[in-house]
Amino acid sequence: MEKFIRPGKWAEISSMKPNIKLPIYMDYQATTPMDPRVLEAMLPYFIEKFGNPHSRSHSYGWEAEAAVEKARKQVADLIGASEKEIVFTSGATESNNMAIKGIGHFYKDKKNHIITVVTEHKCVLDAARHLEQEGFKVTYLPVQQNGLIDLEELKKAITDKTVLVSVMAVNNEIGVIQPLKEIGKITRERGVFFHTDAAQAFGKIPLNVEEMNIDLMSISGHKIYGPKGIGALYVRRRPRVRLEPLINGGGQERGMRSGTLPTPLIVGLGEAATLAQKEMPEEYKRVKKLSDKFYNAVAREIPDVFLNGDEKNRYPGNLNLSFAYIEGESMIMAIKDLAVSSGSACTSASLEPSYVLRSLGVEEEMAHTSIRFGIGRFTTESEIDYAIEVIRSNIEKLRQMSPLWEMVQEGVDLKKIEWAAH
Amino acid sequence: MIYLDHNATAPVKPEAIRVMAEAIQAGPLNPSSVHSAGRMARKIVEQARTKIATVFGAEGADVIFTSGGTEANNLAICGLEGYNVMVSAVEHYSVLKPAREAKIIPVGADGAVDLRELEIILKRSGGKCFVSIMLANNETGVIQPVREIARLTHDFGGIVHSDVVQAAGKIPVSLGDLGVDMMTVSSHKFGGPQGAGALIVKKEIAVSPMISGGGQEFGLRAGTENVPAIAGFGVAAELLPENLRRMEEIKVLRTYMEKEIKSFAEDAKIFGESAERLANTSCISMPNVKAELQLIEFDLAGICISSGAACSSGKVLVSHVLQAMGVAKPEAETAVRVSLGIDNTKAEIDEFIAVWKNLYARVNGQKLAA
Repeated sequence: MEKFIRPGKWAEISSMKPNIKLPIYMDYQATTPMDPRVLEAMLPYFIEKFGNPHSRSHSYGWEAEAAVEKARKQVADLIGASEKEIVFTSGATESNNMAIKGIGHFYKDKKNHIITVVTEHKCVLDAARHLEQEGFKVTYLPVQQNGLIDLEELKKAITDKTVLVSVMAVNNEIGVIQPLKEIGKITRERGVFFHTDAAQAFGKIPLNVEEMNIDLMSISGHKIYGPKGIGALYVRRRPRVRLEPLINGGGQERGMRSGTLPTPLIVGLGEAATLAQKEMPEEYKRVKKLSDKFYNAVAREIPDVFLNGDEKNRYPGNLNLSFAYIEGESMIMAIKDLAVSSGSACTSASLEPSYVLRSLGVEEEMAHTSIRFGIGRFTTESEIDYAIEVIRSNIEKLRQMSPLWEMVQEGVDLKKIEWAAH
Repeated sequence: MIYLDHNATAPVKPEAIRVMAEAIQAGPLNPSSVHSAGRMARKIVEQARTKIATVFGAEGADVIFTSGGTEANNLAICGLEGYNVMVSAVEHYSVLKPAREAKIIPVGADGAVDLRELEIILKRSGGKCFVSIMLANNETGVIQPVREIARLTHDFGGIVHSDVVQAAGKIPVSLGDLGVDMMTVSSHKFGGPQGAGALIVKKEIAVSPMISGGGQEFGLRAGTENVPAIAGFGVAAELLPENLRRMEEIKVLRTYMEKEIKSFAEDAKIFGESAERLANTSCISMPNVKAELQLIEFDLAGICISSGAACSSGKVLVSHVLQAMGVAKPEAETAVRVSLGIDNTKAEIDEFIAVWKNLYARVNGQKLAA
């Protein structure tokens, strides 16, 4: 993003670290820049190897098909699945819709209950609501204050009418990791399908469909430095999971998902998966180190900054922090050198406080001043240093201007004040 | 290698590759993010949307980006509730399959929809009608009288959708001129990337989403927009007039090819020949030679053609399009599709003709001798 380079407000820092480009991208949960190695793998399939992988009568088609099948294996390998269990889709939103509606529709004559969680991504909740309108019963499990579900609640919610439990792996807003293995154990014992939206987890933390007893998993390309417009749904073959397709037509993907497979995008997803697999231990360590540094400097050293979601069970590349006694909007303005988000990108244009934070019991004012800091493959240590400095200096400034902060410093309990109506 | 399978997929235009590479290298682009990278992404998507609306005569209509033509057709068919659905017998499977309970409108021997049949079906139906008829057929290139179909359907108070995936870039396509309410477009059939398409919908038509979630695309298609592919789609759409200008040359080549073949083999047949057809498509029967055998022969000669739609994933089915035109199964099994693109040369067509003649003579000559 060369065009974004401009003289920093913090000239002294910029001169110390001349290589920083502003704004610093810290929104890795919304989307990620493509890894140049991924682009390189894709390009031939736009140019000379442009065939339709479903063309069975010439080598352009075979070449594209071979590339698609290689990528299918690359994706499967990363989650301990067989390549026959991978269905390519246009992205995780489609995968989630396909898994939830597809299972619901296929088994609707026998079962009519699904279980999901209040903090799921909007597309999971919307798909569940869609089934509800068709007469399904849906249990929306609450979360504890740390953002994790209570396994006892899950056990209690399962009935003999339950067909599916859908719990996301890593939350997009707060980064907490749900206890997948424990959930899988429960669902397998009770004979219920387990779907997980792994859009934020695939390629970032180890996932194994066998060890975790996962029956369906939604996967996204552009969250792991791969292309947009491509994703996958893992669908278990043994014991077999069946679903009604969402998109019908030419019968591609063994009838589960029709439409010409976009070969270059699939090649990109496969390459991104392999890179993630190879580099996961190293990358995790690096991200963790940067995350710890940021967290220690911001949340530990600046007073009244709180981490949302469990401290331990989390992906370190996602830190959602609430800054008390500051107005949300002035906060975003003040740190505009950081490309961050207040939560999910889908709803970031709205001023509604995040439903995820609300369901953790975060108060409305605090939810308004919450910011998600994303750390990823291309985040550098100097960027983290710069970000810390931006936040530190601005928080101080903003708080000095805030009457609330002044009152708190004087020992006033804000909760006991009766504000005059205006 | 001679590529004569442009109806399956077309090479991506260099201009489209360039904008896609630029968009990918510009950084992480999620159009829903409010920061500067997000705003840049939004701008790319909206510019492409405007380009596509303009190119397809759809100013003022909604261009809903999808993952491709198949999804757009599914959205059109499944997005409206409470309608009596009617589709032609020669539609692409992405219309036929989701339209499970649809009434089928027959076509004549030339492959064109019979307007009188449509009128009878509309009269009998009562209630709200939804008619979906493609502008040009992918296997035969036959062009349907969509303007008349739209007028007729509107007389009965119905809604009209047209799958223009194969027509776009080969004949002028305009939502306004055709008078339809919805149109499906696919990027990779005219030089854009795979993985992008659109359903163009007039504002007054209320479609409900098939993929729901984050509320993207006016709430009608959730999921992070495929920004680079959409950028490539927009640029390829802008280049369509250039494609259209070259169609006359292509028509000359195809006419030459068909003439040569028929003058050599009197019993060869071109399906849909008497109807209005796309300039680039030819569906040819080689008597007594099964399509599979022809495909192998042409492949060995380095020529890429197909036996019909590319999708059926390996299953060799007899074309439902030819069957709907009343072609008997044994004859339908001898048909191959040749679809030209703007880069094909006369020398390439000559080579195709030579291989065709050679195979025909070998098989039918033996037959005569035996």
